[in-house]
Amino acid sequence: MSTPFYVSPQQAMADRAEYARKGIARGRSVVVLTYADGIVFVAENTSRALHKVSEIYDRIAFAAVGRYNEFENLRIGGVRYADLRGYSYDRADVNARGLANVYAQTLGTIFSSTGEKPYEVELIVAEVGKNPGDDQIYRLTPDGSVVDEHSSVAVGGNAESIASYLDQRHEEGLSLPEALKLAVDSLARDPNGGAARTMTPDQLEVAVLDRGRWQQRKFKRLLGTQLARLLEGDASAATDDEAAPAAGEEAAPDAE
Amino acid sequence: MEAYLSGTGRLPAAFLKPGSSSFLEFLADHQPELLPGRRTLPAGVQPLEAPHGTTIVSATFDGGVVLAGDRRATMGNIIAQRDIEKVFPADEYSAVGIAGAAGLAVEMVRLFQLELEHYEKIEGTSLSLEGKANRLTTMIRGNLGMAMQGLAVVPMFAGYDLEQGRGRIFTYDVTGGRSEETGFATVGSGSLFAKGSLKKLYRSDLTAEGAATVAIQALYDAADDDSATGGPDLTRRIFPIVSVITEEGFRRLADAEVGELAEAVLGHRLSQPDGPQAPML
Repeated sequence: MSTPFYVSPQQAMADRAEYARKGIARGRSVVVLTYADGIVFVAENTSRALHKVSEIYDRIAFAAVGRYNEFENLRIGGVRYADLRGYSYDRADVNARGLANVYAQTLGTIFSSTGEKPYEVELIVAEVGKNPGDDQIYRLTPDGSVVDEHSSVAVGGNAESIASYLDQRHEEGLSLPEALKLAVDSLARDPNGGAARTMTPDQLEVAVLDRGRWQQRKFKRLLGTQLARLLEGDASAATDDEAAPAAGEEAAPDAE
Repeated sequence: MEAYLSGTGRLPAAFLKPGSSSFLEFLADHQPELLPGRRTLPAGVQPLEAPHGTTIVSATFDGGVVLAGDRRATMGNIIAQRDIEKVFPADEYSAVGIAGAAGLAVEMVRLFQLELEHYEKIEGTSLSLEGKANRLTTMIRGNLGMAMQGLAVVPMFAGYDLEQGRGRIFTYDVTGGRSEETGFATVGSGSLFAKGSLKKLYRSDLTAEGAATVAIQALYDAADDDSATGGPDLTRRIFPIVSVITEEGFRRLADAEVGELAEAVLGHRLSQPDGPQAPML
C-alpha cells in the first residue's frame, strides 16, 4: 500500500494562487477609474463581440480579465442575481456591495474546494452613486478576497505597474476625455521602460457608468466616432447622443 | 435574499448554468413560486372580486404608434382606483397596455419588462419586435389557469419596428393567441365603443399629435357608454396616459400635453356631445 503524498495546506493554497495568477497575467489589462460624472471602464480588447466590460444593473457594471468562459459565467450569474433581487424587492435594493459579496463567496468556495480548479479571473464590480463620493469600486481576486478600491484600479497582465502609474496621476474631478486619456496612456505604457505603444479606438473597449444620464440604466458603451472624438479630447462628444427629453416632457416612467 | 443563495452565500448552480437568456426560464427553474401565473387558487371557489383595468386603445401613424389607456380600475360597481396606470414602457422601443385583473397584470408587466432587459444584458442585443410579442404570448398562456377563475389578463403590445421602420400593434386573447392589427386596435371593457369611434376617426395619414387626439376621442367615447372606463377628470386633472413610440424611442406625453389635447376634445364636445361627425358617404 502506498502512502498518500502529503502536501501542506499552505503549499496547496500557494500552488492554486500561483496557478490562477499565471492565468490572469497572460491576458491584457482593464482599467477602471472615476471621473467627474461617473466611472469609466477601459479595456484593451480587439473583439467587438466578446466583451470584457458589461452592464449588470441600473448603476452597476462589471469588468473582468482572465479566462473568458469563467468570467462570462460569473457575469451571467451576476445579472441573474441582480435581476432576481430587483424583481423580488425593488430596483433600489440592488447594490454593488451585495453583488461583490456573492462573487467573493462563489470565488472563495471554488478556490478552496479540492474538487474544482480555481477560476483564473479577476473581477471589478463598480457602482456609480448619485454624488462622486458615493461611487464604489470593488476588485475581486480568484481566492475570493474583496478589495475596496478608491478612484482607480487595474487588473490583468501588468496590473501593478499600471495601477501605480494611475495612482500617481489620477485626481478627483477629471473630465471624461482626461480620464480616458489617462487610462489609455496607462495601458499603452511599456512596463520595461520602452516606448509606449499607440492605441487606436479599434483596440479599445470603453464604457461608462454616467450618473448624468436621465435614463434609469446608467451604463453606456462608447463606440466608433464618438470614442474617437473623445480620445482626441473633444469633451462635447460625451453628451452627443444623450438627447434628454425637452423641458416639459416627462422621462419614461421607471421600468420596473 | 439568503433564501435563494442556498446557505453558503455562494451563487447556486442555476445562476451559473449557461444557455438561457430568458429570465422567465431562469425563474421557472429556480423560483417558480415567483411566477404570477403559477399560483393555484383553491378549487370550487366563486370568482374573486378584484380590481379590473379597462380600456386600452392604440393607433399607428406615419413613423410610429400611439398607445393610450384610461385611468379607471373597477371592482364590480365600485371604482377601485381613479388614477391607475395601465400603459407602461416595455423597453426603449415598445410599450404594453393592460386590461383585466389589475394586480396580476401589473406584475406581468414588471416581469415582461425584466424579461426584455435581461435578454438585452445577457445577449448584448435586443429582441426583434416579433420576438418581444412572442415572449408576451408565453406569459399570458402561463396565466390561463387564473383566467379560467375570472382573473384574466389581456394586454396589448405596441412598438416601433426598427427593421421595418414602422409602428406595429399586437393584440392577444386570454389563451395567448396573438394577432397583429393594422391601423388601430382596442382592448378591454370599453373596447367595442372605442373601436367604433376609431373606425370613423382613424386615417392612415395621421401625425403623432393627430393619433394621440384620435386615441383620446376613442377613450372619451368608451367612457361615454361603458361605466368601467373613466373619462378625462378635469377637476382632479387626471388624464388618460398617452405614450408615443417612434424611431427615437418610447415617450410618455406629459400630463400638461395630454391635458391640452383632452381639453380641446372636451371643448368641441360642448357643442357636439357625440363627437366629430364622419361624412355619410
